[in-house]
Amino acid sequence: MTTNAYKIIDHSYDVVVVGAGGAGLRAVLGLAEQGLKTACISKVFPTRSHTVAAQGGMSASLGNMGEDDWRWHMYDTVKGADWLGDQDAIEYMCKEAPDAVIELEHYGVPFSRTEDGKIYQRAFGGMTTHNGEGQARRTCAAADRTGHAILHTLYQQSLKNKAKFFIEYFALDLIMEDGECRGVMAWCLDDGTLHRFSAHTVILATGGYGRAYFSCTSAHTCTGDGNAMVLRAGLPLQDMEFVQFHPTGVYGSGCLITEGARGEGGYLTNKDGERFMERYAPNAKDLASRDVVSRSMTMEIQGGRGVGDKGDHIHLHLEHLGPDVLAERLPGISETAKIFAGVDVTRDPIPVIPTVHYNMGGIPTNYLGEVLTLRGGNPDSVVPGLMAIGEAACVSVHGGNRLGSNSLLDLVVFGRAASIRAGELLADKKGKRQTLKTGSDEEIIQRFDSVRHATGDTPTAEIRLEMQNIMQTHCAVFRTEESMQKGIDRLDPVRKQMDSVKVADRSLIWNTDLVETLELQNLVGQAVVTAHSAINRKESRGAHAREDFADRDDENWMKHTLVWVDGHEVPQIDYRPVHNYTLTDEIDFIPPKKRVY
Amino acid sequence: MAEFSLPKNSRMSVGKTWKHEGGGTVRDFKIYRWSPDDDNNPTVDTYEVNLDECGPMVLDALIKIKNEIDPTLTFRRSCREGICGSCSMNVDGTNTLACTTAIEDIKGDVKIYPLPHMPVIKDLVPDMTHFYAQYASVEPWMKTDSPTPNRERLQSVEDREELDGLYECILCACCSTSCPSYWWNSDRYLGPAVLLQAYRWIADSRDEATGDRLDALEDPFKLYRCHTIMNCTNTCPKGLNPGKAIAKIKKMIHLRSQ
Repeated sequence: MTTNAYKIIDHSYDVVVVGAGGAGLRAVLGLAEQGLKTACISKVFPTRSHTVAAQGGMSASLGNMGEDDWRWHMYDTVKGADWLGDQDAIEYMCKEAPDAVIELEHYGVPFSRTEDGKIYQRAFGGMTTHNGEGQARRTCAAADRTGHAILHTLYQQSLKNKAKFFIEYFALDLIMEDGECRGVMAWCLDDGTLHRFSAHTVILATGGYGRAYFSCTSAHTCTGDGNAMVLRAGLPLQDMEFVQFHPTGVYGSGCLITEGARGEGGYLTNKDGERFMERYAPNAKDLASRDVVSRSMTMEIQGGRGVGDKGDHIHLHLEHLGPDVLAERLPGISETAKIFAGVDVTRDPIPVIPTVHYNMGGIPTNYLGEVLTLRGGNPDSVVPGLMAIGEAACVSVHGGNRLGSNSLLDLVVFGRAASIRAGELLADKKGKRQTLKTGSDEEIIQRFDSVRHATGDTPTAEIRLEMQNIMQTHCAVFRTEESMQKGIDRLDPVRKQMDSVKVADRSLIWNTDLVETLELQNLVGQAVVTAHSAINRKESRGAHAREDFADRDDENWMKHTLVWVDGHEVPQIDYRPVHNYTLTDEIDFIPPKKRVY
Repeated sequence: MAEFSLPKNSRMSVGKTWKHEGGGTVRDFKIYRWSPDDDNNPTVDTYEVNLDECGPMVLDALIKIKNEIDPTLTFRRSCREGICGSCSMNVDGTNTLACTTAIEDIKGDVKIYPLPHMPVIKDLVPDMTHFYAQYASVEPWMKTDSPTPNRERLQSVEDREELDGLYECILCACCSTSCPSYWWNSDRYLGPAVLLQAYRWIADSRDEATGDRLDALEDPFKLYRCHTIMNCTNTCPKGLNPGKAIAKIKKMIHLRSQ
């Protein structure tokens, strides 16, 4: 094969954003407003990105429904992160939050309202007042469809700003030259052409990789394509062992039931009808943070107190809230429970189980959105031309465990921050064409072509299922050295099996067999580095709970894992220090202490 | 404008049958297939699916077919929980989301076609370009003249309630592509989904461009091709009522001319 077998169309932009979820769209808006020539590439129509499925809300210390302070929000986030978050970035996010949510309201987001017409705020897990004393009402909500409301509004604003979209284009790889990112290659599903985008800055907003697991709340399209592109570019990913299990995925289908259900007063019970969270988290109870609730549920099930014929799940009760509250505040999950569990929430509890939901790990960045790597002993060395935001990025504001409703906040705050930083960096380059060396895309096209013509004997779906089962079994809520080693041993052949994958569809137009195979390639890389990062961390912190190392070990492990895999048989691991400083002197560094709820 | 004879390549023929070996509860899925890579007419292929080893929804069956029987079968899907709007298609004669349609609610063979009266790119994937362009044409974003406050714009609970049943639209296009009037005049008639979205901004107490919005819609084609057939409301997989929203727009235009 040669590269000239493909029709390649060239584009030149100041900035290319890959991904059109909440983070990508917020960045696109900011870039368009500054007059930067911006393109946004997305494999799905923007309003179909997975931000649309976020339910409960977006945190911000507006104080509309009781006292609040961004410093309390910061304390909760640091504690929720189990002290693995970078406090400079957390300070930035929590301080920016009120302005970010007000800006969204001005854009037109249909937030629910209080009696005096302000944005409605609900209680959420781990969100407190006075550093743990009271329950905060901090999570700004549009019923239980907040992600949908925000994503549609951001898309509407990008229409208003006449942003340039390349919709249903699948991004293949970053164009890297001399350690810098200078563009990205993408494949247009609609007509089968390949597109070479040159850009001064590429912003990855490609989301998480929940589909590495068998059961997840994530959409089928959550395959972490940007993370995988970064790995193939020879750059590291960070804290990949931290995978969040949401306590309440619908048993069976894995569909999400928002934490807002418990924020509105819902509670969990075991087979004895006991509200068991009172035992595990005497103060916060059902509103402890997600890692704590998911572990408690798992222990109930493992202790023989699960509900159902197999005793393998838990009940979430909402029936006491009454039909009016359910209809006004939780209409979406009432519908989801009906469709996917056959449950009328006004009468019966919803069967739920901890389900893979969010990746705290991802592409290491600073709070400005610039991608970092460890180079020449500098753990904060910037990769020129490359930025990352949203779930794809690891800023790290979520550390070992993200608090519910901090994700929508993360998207808009860092989407905006990245657009501002790109504007600063491109002040001199704006409008000038980024020239690419000949042949810097050859390897990318080669890989695309070889996958397209893959004539092996194992169908994509078969390899994917094996990978998903391995991750589900061996990188679960609780982890042991032995189980994770088994997982790693089983992943090795999966990785090799990708060389003998079979693609049945040879077309270039809407070849979803090829899309799924490219996505699987992306997922396998991430599964491998997740497993290796997990077995390497010999402590329990946040969502990484090891039975053989039950305690947090700040002396040895208060550091970020970095993992490289490109060109290595076995992933290479190194570390970055956790930032032990804040951004300004408006707040002091919050020192680690025991984390109880 | 409407075409009076079927366009080239649109006559369907019976396609391949994919037999299921072994037992189980087998149902026939009859699925529209068309490839852009050759000159062949579309076919309806039959897939025998063992429902004992399949999830409950139509999307589960489509994914099972793609995973285990025929990886070339092409369709859009993403969230699998009825919120992203990707997997809209015609199932058992009704436009709906494959992910929230239970197989057991369908009697006999499960017939699956792309959304009707849309150009087909491949199999169950229609070209939505025109639909999205119509959406953009109603300028679906907040317009205000008054100075922007430092805090949120206030909106009463009652004013916010006016948006319920409107803002939840997922742009799946099930309603528009079920509307005979839209089939005939989609070049100029905006169709129920887009009119629902136009009304979503008219109904928003914070928006200050109601007059302009009504002006833009007061057109024999854009708005008044709605003949209250109500297929839109019957088919909406999210239980919304575009027909009612359109009626409200018509009423507002009528009242302001009094």
